[in-house]
Amino acid sequence: MKEKVTARVISQTEIANNIFDMWIETGLAKEAHPGQFIGVYPKNKSTILPRPISICEVNEEKTALRIVYRIAGQGTTEFSGYHAGDSVEILGILGNGFPLEEGRGKKVFLMGGGIGVPPILQLAKELDAEKKILVGYRDSNLFLKEDLDKYAKVYVATEDGSVGTKGNVMDAIRENALEADVIFACGPMPMLRAIKKYAEEKNIPAYISLEEHMACGVGACLGCVVKTKEIDHHSHVHNARICTDGPVFEAKEVEI
Amino acid sequence: MNTKVTIAGVEFKNPVMTASGTFGSGMEYGEFVDLNKLGAVVTKGVANVPWPGNPTPRVAEVYGGMLNAIGLQNPGIDVFIERDIPFLKQYDTKIIVNVCGKTVEDYVEVVERLGDTDIDMMEINVSCPNVKEGAIAFGQKKEALYDVTKEIKKHAKQPIIMKLSPNVTDITEMAKAAEAAGADAISLINTITGMKIDIHRRAFAIANKTGGMSGPAIKPVAVRMVYQAANAVNIPVIGMGGISNAEDAIEFILAGATAISVGAMNFVNPYVTEEIVTGIEAYMDRYGVKDIKELIGAVK
Repeated sequence: MKEKVTARVISQTEIANNIFDMWIETGLAKEAHPGQFIGVYPKNKSTILPRPISICEVNEEKTALRIVYRIAGQGTTEFSGYHAGDSVEILGILGNGFPLEEGRGKKVFLMGGGIGVPPILQLAKELDAEKKILVGYRDSNLFLKEDLDKYAKVYVATEDGSVGTKGNVMDAIRENALEADVIFACGPMPMLRAIKKYAEEKNIPAYISLEEHMACGVGACLGCVVKTKEIDHHSHVHNARICTDGPVFEAKEVEI
Repeated sequence: MNTKVTIAGVEFKNPVMTASGTFGSGMEYGEFVDLNKLGAVVTKGVANVPWPGNPTPRVAEVYGGMLNAIGLQNPGIDVFIERDIPFLKQYDTKIIVNVCGKTVEDYVEVVERLGDTDIDMMEINVSCPNVKEGAIAFGQKKEALYDVTKEIKKHAKQPIIMKLSPNVTDITEMAKAAEAAGADAISLINTITGMKIDIHRRAFAIANKTGGMSGPAIKPVAVRMVYQAANAVNIPVIGMGGISNAEDAIEFILAGATAISVGAMNFVNPYVTEEIVTGIEAYMDRYGVKDIKELIGAVK
């Protein structure tokens, strides 16, 4: 059941340059799965739409959600000024998460790039598999690396080569001669395209989380679509809704 | 207290409707609001065949509103009749199906197919600014609007509402043309054509370059056009454009709207339609209004 609720900020810190880490107390946490997201509404009424932000972590008691986001515009700038005790309007839980059953017990890559790293954390916590985590950043401004270290070996790639492999997560796979049966990933489009290609070459499934400009977040407006190989079940036109049919898709099903 | 309104012989339990394209066929927002509480669900536009819509990005936020250029993605009339109408029939609300097309023949085909179904009214979309053929081409010239309305009227079994574009010089001429051709009602405003440029990427925010603007920022334009149109014709007007709450809805009704539709604000507050129904009742109670019809066009 999706709801719009008023939640409360428990804490917020800037964990890297322009990257903010916010814990929110909300009953919606009970229903959250790795790879799902929430819509966060700015209080400034000139910015009307909910901002889709992935769920980074759920606490043990399932009473709070953690979101880690980058300042991208007016809405996220406003959120970054929230303090413990402030109220925050959220819509959730949205989308379908990663299909954990497809990875259980297998050799799995959990791959995150940039602001696509956060959803990998809860996934790493919940997925019972032989996990290897590969995360890519621009530079030594890493975030969530220590949290991820608790759940599996973490391989880092940086564009400037300041930490780990110089290059991207694909370079990290090659440099460390890693192999997997399944991939779960979230990150920028070039990274997801490279993963789709890699998975096709290796003939393994890859589940990738996509991003698009959204309005409603619940499947009504048809704003956030992705071209699909098969006819989509909603409009029957090869355009699936990222917010409700995704955001996680099997890579071979989408044309990106 | 009576909140019922009648349009072309169809009685609505209250004047609150959903604006086409913002509410699907009610399935998604049925999780948030009780569809039985609404006067009508106005569906997303449906064509004779499936339409894929425009490339992404299709939506962008603007100050106090948003732009969209979805391009009328829809599954076509076959799937719609099989899936969406039976879904809506489960509820005690009226069904208004929005019809889109590229040619007069397209519109007529859909209208004829709907003739055999148990829906209450049709709203003809001659005002979508985001598709290249049809749609707005019929809605910006009064002669074209007259002709398409007249032709559709010949084939329609249910009453028709012509949905008008605000992107015209004189809305009263368009309203009069629709009325003269036999439209049972008019609805307005559709979105206002707009543009947003991302100065950092030096690119259009929307792939289609232009999009239709909706949201609270367009409300004064919509109220003005509803007032002008309502005073130019004798057929009922359904008002919409930036309605956020019951106060906004009352404003449109006072300006001359018999019913109102809520669009982009569903995205902001998914409970808004039901809240407006309650809010209208509270307003009537506060001012001792016994029948909502007393309010329609009450400000001259």
